[in-house]
Amino acid sequence: MNEKSNRYARVRMTDRFMTGFFYGIGGFFILLLIVLAAYIIIKGILSIYPGVFSFTRNGIGNQFFNTVYLVLLSLLISVPIGVAAGAYLAEYSKNGRATEMITISIEALSSLPSIVVGLFGYLVFILLTGMRWNLFAGALAVTILSLPTITTTTRDALVALPSHFRSGSIGLGATRWQTLWHVLLPACIPRIVTGIILVAGRGFGEAAALLYTAGQSTFINWANWDLSSPTCPLNPFRPGETLSLHIWVMRTEGSMVSHSVETANVSSMVLMIMVLGFSLLARYLSRKLDEKNKGASK
Amino acid sequence: MFKKEYLGRGLVTLCGIFIIALTLAISIFLLIKGTDVFRLFHHSVGEFMFSDKWAPMDVPGQGGGKIGARIYILGSLMTCGLALLIALPFSISAAIFISEISPKTGSRFLQPAIEIFVGIPSVVYGWVGLTILVPFINEKLHAPMGGYSVLAAGIVLAIMIFPTITTVSADALRAVPDSYRQAAYGLGSTRWQLIYKVSVPAAKSGILTGVILGLSRAFGETLAVAMVIGKTRVFPKGILYPTNNLTAAIAADMGNTANGGEYNAALWAMALLLLIISMACIVIIHLIARSGKNS
Repeated sequence: MNEKSNRYARVRMTDRFMTGFFYGIGGFFILLLIVLAAYIIIKGILSIYPGVFSFTRNGIGNQFFNTVYLVLLSLLISVPIGVAAGAYLAEYSKNGRATEMITISIEALSSLPSIVVGLFGYLVFILLTGMRWNLFAGALAVTILSLPTITTTTRDALVALPSHFRSGSIGLGATRWQTLWHVLLPACIPRIVTGIILVAGRGFGEAAALLYTAGQSTFINWANWDLSSPTCPLNPFRPGETLSLHIWVMRTEGSMVSHSVETANVSSMVLMIMVLGFSLLARYLSRKLDEKNKGASK
Repeated sequence: MFKKEYLGRGLVTLCGIFIIALTLAISIFLLIKGTDVFRLFHHSVGEFMFSDKWAPMDVPGQGGGKIGARIYILGSLMTCGLALLIALPFSISAAIFISEISPKTGSRFLQPAIEIFVGIPSVVYGWVGLTILVPFINEKLHAPMGGYSVLAAGIVLAIMIFPTITTVSADALRAVPDSYRQAAYGLGSTRWQLIYKVSVPAAKSGILTGVILGLSRAFGETLAVAMVIGKTRVFPKGILYPTNNLTAAIAADMGNTANGGEYNAALWAMALLLLIISMACIVIIHLIARSGKNS
């Protein structure tokens, strides 16, 4: 009897110990994130030097602008194609060969290393077209990286809609396309937007795919608004180094440039703040969405 | 009718097909460019995979150099293996925490934290590695070559792949039917006994999927590793020594070599190898899923 109760005590002790251990691991990761974010941001603030946010050679303004411009360009391409492909998967495709092929393709695309996508972009958009590094090629590379996410988000959002959305619309005499365009897609917008925000956040941080597409330098003349000129800010066919590439260049090849370490510190801070902002925004949106759905089902 | 249905249907179908075409195009282009070194410069795959002699010619159209990429391949394998070794215990514990111990705290704090970890750009991880890890390894662990090391790369990669493994494993653990838990509790087991005797074995194939997804991410990771690995083409004597890997070599040299040269072609072959590894990972995941269904 005594031996048995000893065993119980031991088993219970182990259980309690392991529970504590798992709490410890959970806490460790949250702490790690806080420390990491705080370190990056504080280090960035301490490295601020006069002119770091300026739109000149010494500042990171141009790189920041390139990053936002590149991501916008890429979203302009990836959102229509991704949403359409997701709509096809959810609404039109039957469970046949084509669906299977698309699903496998999405899986393959989403697991491709970004350097491989960057090299494909380099080969097709730079070497084969004979152009110099340019923002547009970078945007296309980022498009390839973000297509899988947008497609699956759209597909999942459409599949999750209650079936009376469809039957109601078809019953009123609408075609499947009209149903999709006027009823189903509008109902999915919040979810799709959440997906797009996540994709944009990843685009801001992308670097390996841009090394040999967008280029590792940038020259912008803010007084020049002739779209065909290679120094015009809005010309997509000019080299456009992004913020994350700038960190790479500053910490590897840019050691000759004055302030290179500080520039990298500040750039990391800006990227970190953007990432935090975007994931908080996406989280806020999806939580609002959940609340709305709960309200609807009551 | 055309405008009401067929035009729209045609467009979305086209976009669906475009995704297949894009995947095929990437594979075919890399296959052509990546086999140049074997077709045009007459090297054997065996030399590429198993030789250490790396001295490719950097003149367009001129062959005759050596393209043994074994050190790069081993560098990738070592850093990924080390990363997995570090990340795995942490990831599975975190997954258990989310799914079994405290789903509430898990979904409110840990899961958002993990999502943010995923969102942090890889260059920023590399930057952190360069400003914290490399000096630390240099000063505290007395690394012989200045802190740039397999260890630094392994730790950076571990932080980058743990979210993938954790998320997939947590999903797998959550998918274990509740009746299993009720049965285990009904037999009088404690929570820990339930976890390691019932839940984890039942979620085994899902956890394995997470491991492979994490590995595939680690293999393809470029800049973060390139910043801390030291980029020296020697076989490391230990984890405190620097080496080089596939992705870092491609990122560093692709732009500096002549297009159409042997050096360039060898780098493309490395890119093809990366593509093959990532495709192989998908195939393995499907095989795991299939065997899970059968049993």
